[in-house]
Amino acid sequence: MVSLSDFLILAALLFGIGVAGIIINRKNIIMLLMSIELMLLAVNTNFLAFSHFQDNLVGQVFVFFILTVAAAEAAIGLAILVVLFRKTKSIEVDKLDTLKG
Amino acid sequence: MTVIQLVFYFFATVAVLASLGVVASSNPVKGALFLVLTFFAMAVVWMLTHAEFLAIILVLVYVGAVMTLFLFVVMMLKADVVGKFEGFVRYLPLALFAVVLLIGLSMFVVSPERFGLEAFPEPAFKPETYSNIQQLGMLLYTDYIYPFEIAAAMLLVAIVAAIALSHRKIKRSKSQHPGLQSQAKRADFVRIVKVPSEKKV
Repeated sequence: MVSLSDFLILAALLFGIGVAGIIINRKNIIMLLMSIELMLLAVNTNFLAFSHFQDNLVGQVFVFFILTVAAAEAAIGLAILVVLFRKTKSIEVDKLDTLKG
Repeated sequence: MTVIQLVFYFFATVAVLASLGVVASSNPVKGALFLVLTFFAMAVVWMLTHAEFLAIILVLVYVGAVMTLFLFVVMMLKADVVGKFEGFVRYLPLALFAVVLLIGLSMFVVSPERFGLEAFPEPAFKPETYSNIQQLGMLLYTDYIYPFEIAAAMLLVAIVAAIALSHRKIKRSKSQHPGLQSQAKRADFVRIVKVPSEKKV
């Protein structure tokens, strides 16, 4: 049978790949958003695996809320991205230095 | 190797390879499509954890709504703007170091000695009459009703925010603005141009 550690290792791999995506794709905001989605997917997988192996449905409720928040986050992030592109004609992270931070 | 194991390892491999494709693809359209593949494969894996409702929600909401939104935005932006891909080689060593450290550590923590089948035995199969959606609904509409309502309100706020951010005002109205009119100065509208006078022939 598939053990809990198999699920957790799969989630760890996905999370690590998402982190790698954020480090590598520093230019492109869309790729950053997609990497964040990958990391959220990994976290949700962890929740579901523990929920299954401990026979407790609360983990699934938590995943439900995470999915809601992630959908809202993606919608607002993409709206900000569209506005940004209209203003600056670019979505490169390096060019977002208006605040001189 | 049982059928369940076969399904799990096959779709886990597909998910990992597709997520590598997301990270490594230079074209965001390809990246979004790889992410769709990742979501499909992970939906199958979620199905193996007996989370049928959430697996379907993952396909419907993520693939059907969120990734479609991503694809729309990617295609709305100019392709040459989107296609920049410079930092890959520069940041690859750093990324590899960080990720190998992260994955190695977390694999060490979640190793089969601690989270194997001995520590967490596979729970017994539910009877045929067991309904995941029903149980989830029972929990969601009783104990978690307030978080549920807060989530609904948050979705509404997200809709309003997204529309307010990206909505463009239509410049069709020809109404007058008295404030702007009274601020008008002569210098804004009248320009005196010196024209050299013609010479007599």
